This record gives sequence, structure tokens and C-alpha cells, in this order.
Amino acid sequence: MNESIRFTFNVDGSNFTTAGQASVQVKKNLRELGIPPEAIRRVSIAMYEGEINMVIHAHGGTAEVIVYEDKIVIVLSDRGPGIPNVELAMKEGYSTAPDNIRSLGFGAGMGLPNMKRYTDDMKIDTEIGVGTTITMTVNF
Amino acid sequence: MKISDIKDLLDAEVVCGEENLDHNVFSACGSDMMSDVLAYVKDQAVLLTGLVNAQVIRTAEMMDMVCIVFVRSKKPTPEMIELARESGIVLMNTEKRMYEACGLLYKSGLVGNGVRHE
Repeated sequence: MNESIRFTFNVDGSNFTTAGQASVQVKKNLRELGIPPEAIRRVSIAMYEGEINMVIHAHGGTAEVIVYEDKIVIVLSDRGPGIPNVELAMKEGYSTAPDNIRSLGFGAGMGLPNMKRYTDDMKIDTEIGVGTTITMTVNF
Repeated sequence: MKISDIKDLLDAEVVCGEENLDHNVFSACGSDMMSDVLAYVKDQAVLLTGLVNAQVIRTAEMMDMVCIVFVRSKKPTPEMIELARESGIVLMNTEKRMYEACGLLYKSGLVGNGVRHE
């Protein structure tokens, strides 16, 4: 199918309280489109973790969700500091989040591993001092 | 177990979502780390937590949870209550601490991982 539906959001990096708003909206939109519930859940959790990461580490960015006939692609882009060691960042429990983030319930080093676990494919393009783009695909 | 049973077992006060107390739930989890909730919890319906911020509500929403119990008499903020109302999530608080609250529910048949919530 050539036709696809695209949702684009700005993720505000200045406010932890509002982090996750885009994911909540995507969940609603996907429900309205009649996407299978399990796929909706996987997309929302992966995107939510990504949004939180963008707020904690990268001063926000943009989130794009593209819905195809049989898959959903999530593209999260930021102009943050980049990830120095992707392999290390993918390890469960490894985190560079500051202590105040841990007191808010995040920064346990589960973000990227969770995103990988809930999606069928995840690609990380990152450059120090330039930014990071994470592309995730959920098939259904 | 109905959500109203959780209220009774924990001697809890319902903050919002009274209309959903008849909803049946089959599993629960207790955590203050939302990333752990997002990682390990599958098909759980109830979240017990001592953490109070808007991300608790969003985490529950992402996981399709239907009830959040705040332990140690923690009170959700008006903004959290509004978010929960929008999503139809029941919020309640109990004076009990996390360990005791989880134990009481577990003993009464509300188990952790492994039981699917349909």
C-alpha cells in the first residue's frame, strides 16, 4: 500500500511533567484507526520511553509516527548530545540520567532496552554533538 | 476481584473513577520505578506505587491499566486526577505501606505476573 497516515509532534524538552503527551495522543489516534490493541500498546510504550529519553537527555525533539497497512514506523529525532556508546546504552540497568530523574520514576537504564523489546526493529543513528534519530518499526 | 474489593481490602479512599469500581481485575504490580513497570509488567491491571507525578498516570495508560493505588497516603495532584479521568483510570489512596498493601491483595487472589487480564 502506498498510502500512509502520518502524525508529527514536537516534544517539549523543558518540562518533564508534560513528557509523554505525544504518546498518549498517538495511542488515541491509533485506536480510532482500528489498529490491533497489542500493536497499539507496543507502539505507545516504545514511543513513550523514547519521549521520556528525549526530555531527559536531549532537550526534546520531534516525533513522527507513520501508519502503513501492516506496520507502524516511529521516528524520534533530537539535536541532543548524541549517545557516546550505543552498545553500553542498550544494556539494561545502564543509565546516565541524573539522580533527580530517578526520583521521578525513570532513569533505571530500561528506556532503550524497553524500546527494542517492544518493537520488531530499532535503528539508532547518533552523532556526538549533533543529535540522535531512532527509527522503530512495529509490524501487525 | 473487583476494584471495589481492592478499596475494601486496603481500606482505601477513592479519588476518582467511582463509576469503574465494578471492573474486574486479575493481576497487579507494585513499583516506584516506571521504567520497570513498562519493562516487566504485561497484562497487569492495577499499579501500586508511592510515586506521585503525572508520569504515573501516563505509564498506567500506556500499559492499559485500570486502577492506581497510591500507598502511604500519597495524594495525586489535580493535574494527575484530570489525566486519570480522561483515561477512565480509577485512583485511590491507602494509608498502608507498599509491602503490606501488595501482600493483602496477593493473599486475596490478586497475583503478579503470569495471569492475563482479558
